[in-house]
Amino acid sequence: MDPSTLTELRDALRRGETTSVAATTAMIDRIVAYDNTLRSYLAVADESALEQAAAADRRRAAGEDGPLLGIPLAIKDIICTAGIPTTAGSKILEGFIPPYDAFVVARLLAAGAVILGKTNTDEFAMGSSTENSAYVTTANPWDVDRVPGGSSGGSAAAVAAGLAYGALGTDTGGSVRQPASFCGLVGLRPTYGRVSRWGVIAFASSLDQVGPFGRAVADCAALLGVIAGHDPRDSTSLDAPVPDYEAALTGDIRGLRVGVPREYFIEGIAPEVEAAVRAAIDDLAALGAEVVEVSLPHTHYGLPVYYLIAPAEASANLARYDGTRFGPRVEGADMIDTVRQTRALFGPEVKRRIMLGTYALSAGYYDEYYGRALRARTLIAGDFRRAFETVDVIAAPTSPTTAFRIGERVNDPLSMYLADVFTLPLNLSAACGLSVPCGVDSAGLPIGLQLIGDTLQEARILNAAYAYEQARPWHRRLPVVPALEP
Amino acid sequence: MTLTLADVTHIAHLARLALTDEELAHYQSQLSAVLDYAARLNELDLTGVAPSTHAAGRRNVLREDVVAPSLAPDDALFNAASTAEGQFLIQSVLDA
Repeated sequence: MDPSTLTELRDALRRGETTSVAATTAMIDRIVAYDNTLRSYLAVADESALEQAAAADRRRAAGEDGPLLGIPLAIKDIICTAGIPTTAGSKILEGFIPPYDAFVVARLLAAGAVILGKTNTDEFAMGSSTENSAYVTTANPWDVDRVPGGSSGGSAAAVAAGLAYGALGTDTGGSVRQPASFCGLVGLRPTYGRVSRWGVIAFASSLDQVGPFGRAVADCAALLGVIAGHDPRDSTSLDAPVPDYEAALTGDIRGLRVGVPREYFIEGIAPEVEAAVRAAIDDLAALGAEVVEVSLPHTHYGLPVYYLIAPAEASANLARYDGTRFGPRVEGADMIDTVRQTRALFGPEVKRRIMLGTYALSAGYYDEYYGRALRARTLIAGDFRRAFETVDVIAAPTSPTTAFRIGERVNDPLSMYLADVFTLPLNLSAACGLSVPCGVDSAGLPIGLQLIGDTLQEARILNAAYAYEQARPWHRRLPVVPALEP
Repeated sequence: MTLTLADVTHIAHLARLALTDEELAHYQSQLSAVLDYAARLNELDLTGVAPSTHAAGRRNVLREDVVAPSLAPDDALFNAASTAEGQFLIQSVLDA
């Protein structure tokens, strides 16, 4: 596979060594050759991709340049793309063709990026493995018997296998960082409101955020710079200036105060994961960072808070799927029966969360469950705020384990939810975070270091990750799977 | 927290989900397990702690009420299972 990263392809395009049409054609050929094995894409938009590539080449020939001009990318299938089917991994949106582009897609297209297609996701982004997709389970390019993580597992697998130079996912409880960790990529969850959610199919509106995947830190910086910014159509979008994230990558972290939260090194973390993450933190210290221990005392409550708030919001958001405005309709005896039968098209995990959320919001239980969760959320957000009074960045594992086997956790929702135990507290707060590769376990599976920053401190965590990546270029290690490279 | 079958049936009704008997039994045990786990929150003293509805801390966001470009009717109706005369068509909800 082409070992170059997004920014290296960009350099080659700038030097005239290749064209967007050539790079896009190569990606489409690889998708045809390998995606039967990986199942990372749900839809490939080869015709429009080649048209976009040709247009990008014309723009470049006319003297234009830009951070993503002519770069072939993949988009998680929960983000609306005009004219390209968008299913959210659900049968209830089978055949849905969005009439408009999401804000982030419109930004990418205006920048001259090429949209290769739509990548697999757990249904409505509810899951940690892509096994909850109603269509396919994506394989991890590092070991095709294992999951790529989720819910943005299709985007992660596509980038890791060289079937796209970068991708967008969404991160509601870790759905960018955890698959980035499982697939050996950099994945960033921006501060809530940094990126517009307009045109992103809603799961849990107070937690959802779009984030980029790249093989290298600079790739994510380039993608974030294009998709970040204010959008009046999303009233939670932040009207804050967008820094030049790529220019922030100096690699100098001398004096950076790095906090290590003791609550993130708990029983149940794989020893090899703990060892790799601790070694990476030692590397940050060797690069000049000041490492101190910090406490995020309410970490233990993150999982129950998340699994009340996210389903509650989902049960309200998913009320719109009733067979009237979009998606298939299953005709019943009367209107209510039609709605009930149509909604039976939801998969088991989505039904489970709608049920849980409906219960948590129902009369008599609202205060006991949803109300308590909202108050506990304040404590969790406060943990981060207090920690950032004394440190600049928090360093921790992204996930307690490396990629697990397909089928291993599918019948045990709680064990599946534990895959997100280190990522979801951040979503309850106003922090941002990323995962950067920091090693492999004895089975050769990637391990991720999570770097968390305060509100709108994306440039700071990207630079910390960049400094680490320069010292430990794990991103140069590529998956070698016989099924992929004959 | 143990949910009864009647509880689960009631929740399914509120959520407008047609569930089989097997699904109801399955969710009865799984939801009970998740709610038991959520009971961990009862350990917390939340007296005087204000609820957080989202992280950005923004309040009302207002704009002028002016007409702006929006979806054309044909585009809005394109994905519907059934339409008539430029509208979404559903079954009758009132007795004739």
